[in-house]
Amino acid sequence: MAVSVRIPTPLRKLTGGADEVSIEASSISELIDNLEAAHPGLKERLCDDNGEIRRFVNVYLNDEDVRFLDGRNTALKDGDEVSIVPAIAGGV
Amino acid sequence: MSIVRALKCRECGHEYPIEPVHVCEFCFGPLEVVYDYDKLKGRLTRELIESRPQTMWRYKELLPIDGEPTVGAQNGFTPLVRARNLEKVLGVSELYIKNDSVCYPTLSFKDRVVSVALSKAVEFGFKTVACASTGNLAGSVAANAAAAGLESYVFIPHDLEQGKVLGAGIFGTRIIGIKGKYDDVNRLCSEVAGKYGWAFVNVNVRPFYAEGSKSLGYEMMEQLGWKAPKHVVVPMASGSLCTKVDKSIKEFIKLGLVEDNGTAVYGAQATGCSPISRSVKDGTDLIQPVHADTIAKSLAIGNPADGFYANRVIRESGGWAEDVSDQEVVDAMKLLAETEGIFAETAGGVTLGCAKKLIESGKLPRDESIVLCITGNGLKTQEAVADAIDKPRIIEASLKEFDVLAAEDKAALAA
Repeated sequence: MAVSVRIPTPLRKLTGGADEVSIEASSISELIDNLEAAHPGLKERLCDDNGEIRRFVNVYLNDEDVRFLDGRNTALKDGDEVSIVPAIAGGV
Repeated sequence: MSIVRALKCRECGHEYPIEPVHVCEFCFGPLEVVYDYDKLKGRLTRELIESRPQTMWRYKELLPIDGEPTVGAQNGFTPLVRARNLEKVLGVSELYIKNDSVCYPTLSFKDRVVSVALSKAVEFGFKTVACASTGNLAGSVAANAAAAGLESYVFIPHDLEQGKVLGAGIFGTRIIGIKGKYDDVNRLCSEVAGKYGWAFVNVNVRPFYAEGSKSLGYEMMEQLGWKAPKHVVVPMASGSLCTKVDKSIKEFIKLGLVEDNGTAVYGAQATGCSPISRSVKDGTDLIQPVHADTIAKSLAIGNPADGFYANRVIRESGGWAEDVSDQEVVDAMKLLAETEGIFAETAGGVTLGCAKKLIESGKLPRDESIVLCITGNGLKTQEAVADAIDKPRIIEASLKEFDVLAAEDKAALAA
């Protein structure tokens, strides 16, 4: 299953400048592993030493934060869109 | 003289030169401006500060721009009000309101952060500035950009209060309403910022922007007679203000401008969006994002970027966090208005409502100094209280008709 992944500016050095890449994966965890295989160095940016998604990394599946879904175990299907977004502030 | 040293990742400590970047390339942690305070020791004195104009820029050495501000040079320096009527109602002995509901020019504390962010954006050479906003920031960016001759774009949730939409649109900015919550707006803006090369005040120039909040803390201490309060209550959305008020106090102590008073910092949220206060109450530093649902829209950030740090400031300073229902927000807005003559926005109702609960539960002691930070103006969130206030009693222009009303009022007062 191919899903498209939107890459934020700070990580584009690792994707050869690409702001979107296509990855085969059936879950978020597998997606991260396959991202790493295609673009070495990405996983350690996204995950801490225990493999958990870092506190300041937000992963969205079709506009929903995966923390509201099944986190790393969230299932993916063909044509899904995943966005990786650094946490940003506003409000008070 | 600038004492800015670098941008430093709050997570991994990696340092970066002063550039329009906001996240660490290595771990995505937020970047913060760090300073060489030693260079200022003995040079930034109370007398020097007092000799300067009454604006937030009297503390310019501690704000991250080079030279003089080019945007918002008049901003800040709002009143600190001794709230004697409110003291009686709440049963406390020393209560102050830091009243940013009258901050120049757009009536919220955002004028502080925007003046730093846009001055920095000008230094970086940006011509277009932008923001993701729950309303106050939109108005402030639009107004300050207009005055500085900069182009601006503001991105807001499509269902904001009319006062906030109008309060941005009047300045001729380009307003984009996003079908979604603030968190959706934020997410889009982080992608737009990456693509369009504008200065997004709360994205790529955020490390500088956030430092502007410290001026509220500096003023509070100077206005208390160069003293830090024992307790300070701040509203929380992303949690940034909470951390910057704490930073301002630590800086003044470090520079010998005030003595360490062991200030405890308290955070206030609306129950319908309380991920930070929830984490404090649960005794964890894990912030669980929520889908926001509250009338306090300026605080409705379900995924607070500085939540982890706000939680830490609250716990380490010996403070606490609280949250209040929408009804309590409205009641507190009315209480503040009726006792002190201050019409705060919903976030102000959150701050006072939470302070009231913290006093009642004994978390805030009744016999020590307390400062409440009021960050925005009620005229922008009129919808929230429209149904809770008395409508005018309509009469003819007749003294007789008025006499009837006056007699009713007198009887009611006697009863």
